[in-house]
Amino acid sequence: MSRRTPDHRRAGAAVLAAGTALLLAGCTSTAQPPAAQGGGGPIAVNAGDTTCEVSATEVPAGNISFTVKNTGTKVTEFYLYGTGDRIMGEVENIGPGLSRDLLVEVPDGGSYTTACKPGMVGDGIRAPFTVTGTAQRSTDTNAKLADATAGYTRYISSQTDALIQTTQGFVDAVKAGNVDQAKAQFPTARTYYERIEPVAESFGDVDPKVDGREDDERDPGVAWTGFHRLEKDLWVTGLQPDSAQVADQLMTDLKDLQGRIPSLQLSPPQLANGAKELLDEVATGKITGEEDRYSHTDLYDFKANVEGSQAAIAALRPVIDEKDPNLGPTLDQRFADVEKLLEGYRTPDGGFVLYTQLTPEDTKKMADSVDALAEPVSQVAGVVTS
Amino acid sequence: MSASRSPSSAPQSPPVEPPTTDPPSGGDGGGGLSRRRLFGYAGAGVALAGAGAAIGYAAGASGGGPDRPGVVPFRDTHQAGIVTPAQDRLHFVALDLTSTDRAEVQRLLQKWTTAAERMTAGQEVTENGAVGLNKYAPPTDTGEALGLPAASLTLTIGFGASFFEKLGLQDRMPAALAPLPAFTGDNLDPARSGGDVCLQACADDPQVAVHAIRNLVRMGFGTASVKWSQLGFGRTSSTSTAQDTPRNLFGFKDGTNNLKAEEPTELDTNVWVQPGDGPDWMTGGSYLVARRIRMHIEIWDRTSLDEQEQIVGRSKGEGNPLSGQKEFDLANFSAKGPDGQPAIATDAHIRLASAESHDGAKMLRRGYNFVDGSDGSGHLDAGLFFLAFVRNPQTQFVPIQRALANKDKMMEYLEHNGSALFAVPPGLRDGEYWGQGLFA
Repeated sequence: MSRRTPDHRRAGAAVLAAGTALLLAGCTSTAQPPAAQGGGGPIAVNAGDTTCEVSATEVPAGNISFTVKNTGTKVTEFYLYGTGDRIMGEVENIGPGLSRDLLVEVPDGGSYTTACKPGMVGDGIRAPFTVTGTAQRSTDTNAKLADATAGYTRYISSQTDALIQTTQGFVDAVKAGNVDQAKAQFPTARTYYERIEPVAESFGDVDPKVDGREDDERDPGVAWTGFHRLEKDLWVTGLQPDSAQVADQLMTDLKDLQGRIPSLQLSPPQLANGAKELLDEVATGKITGEEDRYSHTDLYDFKANVEGSQAAIAALRPVIDEKDPNLGPTLDQRFADVEKLLEGYRTPDGGFVLYTQLTPEDTKKMADSVDALAEPVSQVAGVVTS
Repeated sequence: MSASRSPSSAPQSPPVEPPTTDPPSGGDGGGGLSRRRLFGYAGAGVALAGAGAAIGYAAGASGGGPDRPGVVPFRDTHQAGIVTPAQDRLHFVALDLTSTDRAEVQRLLQKWTTAAERMTAGQEVTENGAVGLNKYAPPTDTGEALGLPAASLTLTIGFGASFFEKLGLQDRMPAALAPLPAFTGDNLDPARSGGDVCLQACADDPQVAVHAIRNLVRMGFGTASVKWSQLGFGRTSSTSTAQDTPRNLFGFKDGTNNLKAEEPTELDTNVWVQPGDGPDWMTGGSYLVARRIRMHIEIWDRTSLDEQEQIVGRSKGEGNPLSGQKEFDLANFSAKGPDGQPAIATDAHIRLASAESHDGAKMLRRGYNFVDGSDGSGHLDAGLFFLAFVRNPQTQFVPIQRALANKDKMMEYLEHNGSALFAVPPGLRDGEYWGQGLFA
């Protein structure tokens, strides 16, 4: 999980979701803005402190454009949710009196929900929103891009299955009170989560429960759960009376994630942005030792983030090679450089040294190698939409 | 002075007055665009033209010049940012190569040159790079200088000894780039010292300087990474007779007796590398000594005015040497005071640093005041980021600094905690890129 406030964390998901609509326009042959390609809108949204007036509640499928005006006194957000509160699109941090535009691609008809969140907390002021008919997915416009997303979706699915299996072992050890075994399984189980983290984050409500930090702001009455809560129990405070319950909750939340994967519709730019976000995670959470602050197993997560990033880039590689023949070899070299660097921090048992064993020179080298990799990775979204 | 891109607010070309060795008189009051600052540009143009003529080839046209106030020509006989009238703001960065591939480093230097030339002309890194390209790709220009003028931005590059070692170019390394010796009282932090490459950005607007360094650093990821950097918020030297003498954080005028752009003979003797001094690729270049000098200003501030003036050797108000009356009176080191003692103490800073004490050796100083927040014990982490350009650091900087380190009473209030030495190649002709000569 990225080290951001809850609101910003959701914004990360929104970038992916909103990106779908915007970016896919770039994949099609037309240079028209997405809003002009069908769907409806722009739909006016007046977001007050106690009201959320949406000028249309039924529109045809396609690219839907909203113009959200904050008519209230608090900073607000606007969401379009799909089934299971999957964030289809979001615009956040709209100050009083300001207007912001949101473009969302909704290719499938069905029941959706609009929500304004004055003060940017709670479930918001919700209303049903209906999308009729179906629109052609712009992902289908290019066979290579379609292959890319299909291949990466299979990767997500396989990683999620492995996540469930390994976390079950970890959870069983916690519940059996076997601290040593649980500690040994903690970094391994997390590996599968860290590889697909941007996808998990795109389901805005899963990541805070699975990967939240103790000092994250939560809605009143919501307890701290997930990997890091159990990490603190295992390494710092000892197992607590509710540790077993927290472990069960972790499995429930991960199975919830698994259940949502089949409905996942990824676009090529989402893959590219996800690859970049994984490296952002490394830069802000792992090289700083922030993420695994009790166990100091950050290098396992570092490795997993890089692997996940590489998987997403690999899926896009045929498209990258078609559009910019120089970028692929650079990416290969930079990924190899990071991998080589990390291999130097292996322990004899195949694990990694603890973050606390790293010197400032070590972390400087890691930061250099991630900077070197993240620059070309950040170019991929532009290249595949060019 | 910074010229806006808007013609309506751009000052007219300042009147070009003949360079004069007469120093400007005292401060002419603050507020607005002073006449003296206008003259600063005029003086620069004259000095650069004169220097170019002296070397014997015409400066390449780069779209700048007196007709574009605020734009300092990027291509010239010497690199800009040395005798250019010292701008008010600095962002200096030292980088280490993370690649030992010569071709890759050359590609970076080419990219840097193109971007630097554009930015010094007040342009984005690439055309429309901030907001005008593919909106799904990261902008090629970071954008914080949009709408800002060129602000006299200069970008100056230098190469440290380790640059030559890493790339296997030891045979191109000038002997003058030998490591500086340790000086008494040095407390050098390796994390604030050395570096394979330096980039000096000077501008009249701090955001313009920071934008330039930020974008160049970004282009280097994978080939070069930042080792250390330093911001400077105010110049402590005047490099043109048209400029007022600024004050350092001790409150004293600094650089009164500095080398000036209007003294081409002195510059050739003391600043510019001459044919035969070393490898040909350095002819017309210079050497840059950078020292981060922490000032213990809280201690200094408890020192009496009389003692402060004795330590410096000048009055704090006018800035006159204690042997004279006016700022630009030449110091008379043999003059005696009423008590029969030397008017300028034997351990006074200006005596120990004077050319008279060092067989005429002079340096072109171009330092900046800095305050990097506080040190955790309630004291400002402040001082002077000393930058000096010399023809040979071993015969100019080293003996002067050795004398200061061993005898200067001011050293009680100073701590040198960063140090670096760079070879600064000459200016670029059309089509050339930074460092091209040393790879030839």
